[in-house]
Amino acid sequence: MLEIFQYGFVVRGIEAGLIVGFVAPLIGIFLVLRRYSLIADTLSHISLAGVALGFLLGINPMWTAVGVSVASSLGIERLRTSNRIYGESALALFLSGALALATILLSLGKGFNSNLFNYLFGSIVTVTQGDVYVIAGLALMVVVSIFALYKELIYISFDEESARVSGIPVDRINKILIVLSALTIALSIPVVGVLLIAALIVIPVVAALQLRTSFSRTILFAEVISLFSVISGIFVSFYLNLSTGGTIVLIMLALFAIIFSFRKFSWINSRFTV
Amino acid sequence: MMTNPDHSENIIEIRDLSYSYGETRVLRDIQLSIHRGDYLAIVGGNGAGKSTLLKIILGLLPIQDGSVRLFGQDIRSFRDWPKIAYVPQKATNFDTNFPATVREVVLMGRFGRRGILRRVIQEDHDAVQESLEQVGMWEYRDRQIGDLSGGQQQRIFIARALAGKPEIVFLDEPTVGVETHVRDEFYALLRKMNERMGLTVVLITHDIEKVGHEAMHVACIDRTLFYHASVDDYFKHTHIIPHPHT
Repeated sequence: MLEIFQYGFVVRGIEAGLIVGFVAPLIGIFLVLRRYSLIADTLSHISLAGVALGFLLGINPMWTAVGVSVASSLGIERLRTSNRIYGESALALFLSGALALATILLSLGKGFNSNLFNYLFGSIVTVTQGDVYVIAGLALMVVVSIFALYKELIYISFDEESARVSGIPVDRINKILIVLSALTIALSIPVVGVLLIAALIVIPVVAALQLRTSFSRTILFAEVISLFSVISGIFVSFYLNLSTGGTIVLIMLALFAIIFSFRKFSWINSRFTV
Repeated sequence: MMTNPDHSENIIEIRDLSYSYGETRVLRDIQLSIHRGDYLAIVGGNGAGKSTLLKIILGLLPIQDGSVRLFGQDIRSFRDWPKIAYVPQKATNFDTNFPATVREVVLMGRFGRRGILRRVIQEDHDAVQESLEQVGMWEYRDRQIGDLSGGQQQRIFIARALAGKPEIVFLDEPTVGVETHVRDEFYALLRKMNERMGLTVVLITHDIEKVGHEAMHVACIDRTLFYHASVDDYFKHTHIIPHPHT
């Protein structure tokens, strides 16, 4: 048996990593195609305010991160659809507001310590068995919802107006998508940390999109890229003693770069666009 | 789909319809009936309000004044949206990097009919094949939508509309930016849909010259409806009717 599996924390980290690596591209594909990528970034900063609140109140920061990011996601969607403010401006307001709130809460609770570092950059070492259960439970909710609304989400992503005409409740589904994004981000915190979650959601999808294939295959490729990066990232960071979140994201970026530059070669095109 | 429609039946009835964006009134007292089996062109220049009228009929904008009845039912309580298909102007202007095959795009036309939480079944795949064959694009079913030419993409969007087995199809400026020979093929396809498949076709356009030789009826709009009759009459009276371009 490999040395790495003798450590309980590594096994828990791999479990959490696989779950997060599986869920992130499922949400990511809809966010990227709808040009909502920045929402992932905004929601991750918002969840930092949630983490800070957890520190201050002495509650498990994952729960407060979930609560604060879900509530704010509904606020963002409301502001975005009010037509009184540009969508991106709504995101900027929430992003900077959440970061400002987070710093104040952290200074109040004297939370600027090594613990904070774990939440900012992720630390699979500190993932408890309880965390794994919470992550698994939330992930199951997200996956079930995505599969239930899968065809509607595709239609809305491709052509929102026609989807509306065909009787699909577009506004309600948009709201559900953003709440699911908030959940995904909150549950990813222990693995990659607040600052790198957006990368996990966006990069595998953007890489898979370079292959120009069908919708279902694009999701499949994004999953492969994501899960491979998470697992290899955990192994590489363990043996080279590097930050896990950072290693995962750099591996994803490397895969993106490889696919992006090799896309020009026709054998990939002919193989994947059949 | 019917092949011998009852042309006397009103499937869309618009009465006293007015609409304003803020202080600006874009539609005033529109009266318009669309009969089953019609091939109607709604014609007007830029800013004439034809897109607004279409959006109201499709339920994308709320009713402010007047009434719209779809298949005998007030639009506010209308639920039978799969009867109505829409080919957006976007058909010639969409994200060509979107990862979808022709088959996946056409299948979207079934989603409204299938309903939320329901999986697609064989019947949906059969409808996709049938509609792709009707527009002559079945052999392109596994191609990426973004890799097709503009004219081919437009056919795919028509197939998507047909796949839902609608009774009426609305097309918004479908020939903008399309080459002449593609446009002629496109009109032939619309005629086939109307004559052979018994589908009611409503075309929103600013191009009266071409549409005049295609549609059965024409409705001219410039904030209000100032002409609605058969195309033949339109050309007979064209010297007394203000030209929609002006």
